Amino acid sequence: MTPETSNSIGRLWLIALAPLALLGVLLVVIVETWPSDVIGADAHPSVEKLSLAAAKLRPNEISLTVLNDGPDPVTIAQVQVDEAYWAFTSDAGTMLNHLQSARLTIPYPWVEGEKHVVRVVTSTGVTFDHEIAVAVETPRPNVRYFVAFTLIGTYVGVIPVALGLLWFPLVGRLGRAGLAFLLSLTVGLLLFLLVDAGQEGLEMALVVPESYQGVMLFVFGTVGAYLGLESLGRWLRMKRQAAGADVATSGWALALLIAIGIGLHNFGEGLAIGAAFALGEAGLGTLLIVGFTLHNTTEGLAIVAPLAHDRARVGELVRLGVIGGAPTIAGAWLGGLVYSPLWSVLFLGIGAGAIAQVVVQIVRQIVPEGPVLRFMSTAPVLSGLSAGFAIMYATGMLVG
Amino acid sequence: MKRLSRRTWLQVAGLGSFAGGAAKIASRSAGAQQKAVGDEIPRHPQRMGAIGRVSTESFDPSLFLRTWNFSDRPEVERRQFYRETPRPDGTMLREYELFSIDREIEIAPGVFFPAWTYNGQVPGPTLRATEGDRVKVNFLNQGSHPHTIHFHGWHPPSMDGSLPEHEVRPGERFVYEFDAEPFGVHLYHCHAAPLKRHIHKGLYGMFIVDPKDVGGVPAREPADELVMVMNAFDTNFDAENEVYAVNTVAHHHMHEPIRVKVGQLIRIYLVNLTEFDPINSLHLHATFFDVARTGTRLEPTETTDTLMLCQGERAVIETTFRYSGQFMFHAHQSEFAELGWMGLFLAEEERRDT
Repeated sequence: MTPETSNSIGRLWLIALAPLALLGVLLVVIVETWPSDVIGADAHPSVEKLSLAAAKLRPNEISLTVLNDGPDPVTIAQVQVDEAYWAFTSDAGTMLNHLQSARLTIPYPWVEGEKHVVRVVTSTGVTFDHEIAVAVETPRPNVRYFVAFTLIGTYVGVIPVALGLLWFPLVGRLGRAGLAFLLSLTVGLLLFLLVDAGQEGLEMALVVPESYQGVMLFVFGTVGAYLGLESLGRWLRMKRQAAGADVATSGWALALLIAIGIGLHNFGEGLAIGAAFALGEAGLGTLLIVGFTLHNTTEGLAIVAPLAHDRARVGELVRLGVIGGAPTIAGAWLGGLVYSPLWSVLFLGIGAGAIAQVVVQIVRQIVPEGPVLRFMSTAPVLSGLSAGFAIMYATGMLVG
Repeated sequence: MKRLSRRTWLQVAGLGSFAGGAAKIASRSAGAQQKAVGDEIPRHPQRMGAIGRVSTESFDPSLFLRTWNFSDRPEVERRQFYRETPRPDGTMLREYELFSIDREIEIAPGVFFPAWTYNGQVPGPTLRATEGDRVKVNFLNQGSHPHTIHFHGWHPPSMDGSLPEHEVRPGERFVYEFDAEPFGVHLYHCHAAPLKRHIHKGLYGMFIVDPKDVGGVPAREPADELVMVMNAFDTNFDAENEVYAVNTVAHHHMHEPIRVKVGQLIRIYLVNLTEFDPINSLHLHATFFDVARTGTRLEPTETTDTLMLCQGERAVIETTFRYSGQFMFHAHQSEFAELGWMGLFLAEEERRDT
C-alpha cells in the first residue's frame, strides 16, 4: 500500500464520518442548552400515553401489561374495573418511563362469558381503558396446550393444504386452457388472501403501541419477504439451470416457491390463532372449522397447479404440503407461548409479501411471452380469476 | 365492539376444533370444577376501593366534617379569615375573607386534580350564620380566570355574582354583603362562565343559616353536626366523573370512619354539588333518618334511609344510632359508591368509666 492510497482511504473515512461527528456535537449542544424558555417545554403539561394489552384471566384475578407509549414518564395511581376502584399490584412499580412496561395484577371476581373493562387512572387523572370482550380463563401452557396448538395447526393449515394437493392427478390431465384457468383461479385466490392479510395486518398495526410504528413494520415485512423470495426463486432457477434441467417446463421450483409463500402466510395465521387462544379472546368456541377447511383447501390447489407437466413424486408432494401447512403449527405454538402483537404484525406483513411474490411468479408462468394484459383478458384466465375470487368470497362469507 | 372479521372467525374456528378434540378432557373435569368455585372465592376485605391513602396534610375530610367559620384554625389565624361583631339588635355581623386560587389537590390516593378552589380547599370553607345576621364576604380573586361567589339565599341582584358584569377578574376584589335568610342549608359556588367548568373544577361550598333562638333556646336541638358535600371530579375532562366522594377524597371514610356516639342526635347538613350527573343520593345502612328538605322547616318532611338530591339540592338530616358498630353510608348509585362515594360511621357506646 502506497502512502497516497492510505491517505485517500483516510480521507474517505473522514468524509464519511465528519457529518456524523458534527451531528453528535449538535445533539450535545441541544441537550446541554435546551432552549426550554423559548420552546416552552417546561410550561407544557406532560404527554401521557399508556398502552394496555395482553390481559390474562385466572380465577378471581385479572392481569394485564401496561406500556408507557408516550415520551414522558407516567405514574399509575389507581385501577378501575367496570367503573369501580380496585386493589392492584404491579411487578415493576407504578412509575413508568418511555417504553417501560409493568404487569398489573388485579384480584377481581370476573364473570365468565361477560365483558369487563379495566381502566388505569394516572396521577394526573388521565385514563386508559382495556376491554376484555368475553371473559374466559386464560389457558396455562402445558402439554395439553401443545397438543391443542398442534391440533389447531393441523386443522387450519396441514389438512386443507393436503386435501388441495390431492388434485395433483387432475392437474396433469388438463389442457392448455384448463391449466391457464386453474392457475388464474389460484391467482384469484391468492389476491384475495393478499388483500385480506393486508387489511388484517394494517388493522393490527394500529393496535400496536405507536412507538413501535406498526405500519412501518408491516411494510418492512412485506417488502422484505417479497424481495427475499424473489432472490430465492432466482437462485433455485440458476441451480436447476446449472443442473441442466428444463426451466420452462419444470413446475417444481415454482411449486416450492408457492409452498414457501403460503407457509409464511400460514405461520402468521398460526401466530394469530395461538395468541387468541393464549389471551382467551376466542371464548365463543364453535365448530365452524368445516367452513374454514373449505376456505383453506384452495391453498393446496395453488401449490399443485404449476405441476401440470410434471411426473408425480409423492415424496416431493408431501414435502410441499409440510412446507405450506406445518408453519401454522409452529406459529400457533409461538403465538400461544410468547404472544406479541408486534410479531403478529411483522409476520402478517411477511405473509402478504410472500403471497404477492407468489402471484407474480404464477403470472410469469401463465404469460410466457407477449403483452401481459392481452393474455390476462383471455376467457380461461378471466374466468379463472373471477372463480378464484368468488370461491374465497363465498367461503369467506361462511367464515363471517 | 370488536368486529367479527375473518381472522376473529379463524380464531374462533381454531378453538372450536380444539374444543372438539379436547371435549372429553373438559367434560371429565367440569363437574369437579363447578363444585370448587365457591371455595375458591377469597374473602379478603378492602380489595374493592382505591388503594393507598390520600395525604391529609393540606385537607382532612374528617376535620372538614365538623368545621365551619374557620373553627379549625388557631384563634389568631382564624381572625384573618373570620370576624364576628355583635350588633345592637342582637344579631351578628359576620365578615369572611375568601379568595379563589388554582391548586392541585389529591382526590384519590395518587390522583391529583388541577382544581380551582376557594381558600385552597375543595369544598370551600363552610360558612355558618344565624337567620338575620349580616354577612360580609370580602372576595379576592387570586386565580387565573374570572370568578364570582354566587350564594343561594335572599339578596339584592347586585350581590348575586352571576351576570357577566359580576365577574371578578384575576387580581380584583369584590365584597358580597347581605342578610342571612332564610334559615336552612344552602350553598355557594362560582357562577362565572362557562358555569359547568367553574363548578366541577371545585369552586363551591356550604352556607348554613341557623334558625333564630326561640326565647333563648336554640330552635334546633343540640346535636353532633356534620357537613357533607357530595362532589365528584372529572379527571380526564370527558364530561364524566372518574372520582366520587363526600367531601372530595374518595373512600376516605372507609379508612377513617366517622366516629359518633350511640344515642346521640346526629345532624347532617347535606348538599349535592356533583357536576355532570343529574342526581346524587345518600343511603345510610341499618338506620332511618328524618329529612328536612333545604332545611327551611324545623319539622321533618319525610323519614327514610335513602335520599335523592338533584344538583344544588340539599337537606338537613337527623338520626340517632341505636346500636354500636360500623354503619356503611354511600350513594345509592352503585357506580358512584364504587368510584369513591362510600364510607363508614363507627357508632360507639358512651364511655362510663370516666
